[in-house]
Amino acid sequence: MSSLDTPQVSSLAVVFAGIQRGLIRLQRIPSLILPAVLMPIFFVVAFSGSFASVVELEGYETDKAVNWMTAWAVMQGSAFSGMGAGGLAGTDLENGFFDRLRVAPTRPMALIGGLVGYCLCRALIPITAVLIVAFAFLDADMPGGVMGFVMVYLSGIGMAAIMAFFVLGIVFTFKTLKSLAVAQIIMFSSMFLSVGQAPIQAIEGWLHRVAAINPITNVIRMCRQGFLGEVTWSIAQPGLIALFGMMAGTGIWARIRYKKVDA
Amino acid sequence: MKKNVFAQVIKLSHRSILGMLRQPQSWAPGLFFPLLLAAVYSSQFSKAVTIEGFPFQDVSFLDFVLPACVIQGVLFGSTNSASDLAVDIENSFMDRLLVSPVSRGSILLSRLASAFMYGVAQAAILISIFVLFGTNISGGLPSIISIVVVAALLSVAMGSFGIAIALRTGSQEVVQSTFPLIFVAVFVSSAFFPVQLMEGWYGAIARKNPLTWVIDPTRRMSIHGFSWNDLGQSVGIVLAIASVGIGISILQLRRRLVRAQ
Repeated sequence: MSSLDTPQVSSLAVVFAGIQRGLIRLQRIPSLILPAVLMPIFFVVAFSGSFASVVELEGYETDKAVNWMTAWAVMQGSAFSGMGAGGLAGTDLENGFFDRLRVAPTRPMALIGGLVGYCLCRALIPITAVLIVAFAFLDADMPGGVMGFVMVYLSGIGMAAIMAFFVLGIVFTFKTLKSLAVAQIIMFSSMFLSVGQAPIQAIEGWLHRVAAINPITNVIRMCRQGFLGEVTWSIAQPGLIALFGMMAGTGIWARIRYKKVDA
Repeated sequence: MKKNVFAQVIKLSHRSILGMLRQPQSWAPGLFFPLLLAAVYSSQFSKAVTIEGFPFQDVSFLDFVLPACVIQGVLFGSTNSASDLAVDIENSFMDRLLVSPVSRGSILLSRLASAFMYGVAQAAILISIFVLFGTNISGGLPSIISIVVVAALLSVAMGSFGIAIALRTGSQEVVQSTFPLIFVAVFVSSAFFPVQLMEGWYGAIARKNPLTWVIDPTRRMSIHGFSWNDLGQSVGIVLAIASVGIGISILQLRRRLVRAQ
């Protein structure tokens, strides 16, 4: 059998192998996940403490800052986790391993899927860590019950996928691990230009207009709703549309930039 | 040749400052992040100044966060000179310096001078941008100069701890890993919100954080106007921190010199 006749490996198997490889790497180098866990934990503690009094302002719909800031910290942790895809792909590109993956008989989306899937699994760690700290040490509430937690995990995992696709596009473009810094700045800025720390009613000026059209605003609202009251479809729906829209957009971006690796 | 210490300090400082200028990736984040936070917070928390108990009335949140953003920017970049010193140790340039007839003190002084110049430049740029966007500094030029001086001395103070770590470990990675500590120190202080409105253990720690004791008088000079008392308090605390840091740096330099013999 010539190499041209080599059968295509099942894409699903490649995705699972990619996830497994990432998780084994994480198990062997636990320091890789530390920033993604410690930073959001620090965020929830610091923002809940620093801005304890801002909940007195209109629009916060809660009397505890931790109920507002936990969703923000979850989003940050998930976004940091999404960066892991770029870290792994960047390392593989620099040491040449990615070239070997690319000549394997599999689809590009399967390789990308493995990297993104690894980040989705990885995102569960900071999300759970932030929730443990918020409820065990900072007295957070969840009036939205089980559905509130479902919304937190759904938004967190979705945000990790979006960031993973986005960062992969950047890394495929520059083909270096150092390009993660560019991705970090864009990620950090886009998250801050939303209702992460303050409700839209409290935001004034140019940021009000930007936050109102920033799709991340809808995802954060969906993530946060269980902390503030009952989970409702009217808040979940725009969040889900924003999540899937951004996933599709960043997924296409990653796939298009994948071609750049050949250039 | 050893007598001309001043000329040696100038030469080595020049090298240190040039090295920093040629690596924008080391100083650019110190400009970008404080400006981003200032832009975002001044819109997000513009109404926070109306909260009962907020210590400054009739000010914008941008006025309130100016000293914090200047100090944050300077602190983020304060380890740059220490990081460059660690590179010198890693690539053996330090060994070559030690076998040359260069005064030992000038090695340390040049790095501290570089940290000071970085602090002056960073603070001046940040204040200029804030003023362009409408920040009102009540004390005028004396307050602006005071904030720049406090920021530059704080850069020296925190830089001296970084230099001590660089001399102790000789590792750039270890020096850079101190960044999260600086991040935590800035956030658990009165930098972005008044400690009077913080609650529980978090508020208690923020009130005892030396950075709060530096930021509060600096903020008063910016909002209420220049005061010798406030300048004295902020400079005094920064000098106290610097004297500890420089003391440890000198000890670490001596230790390294003994090892090098």
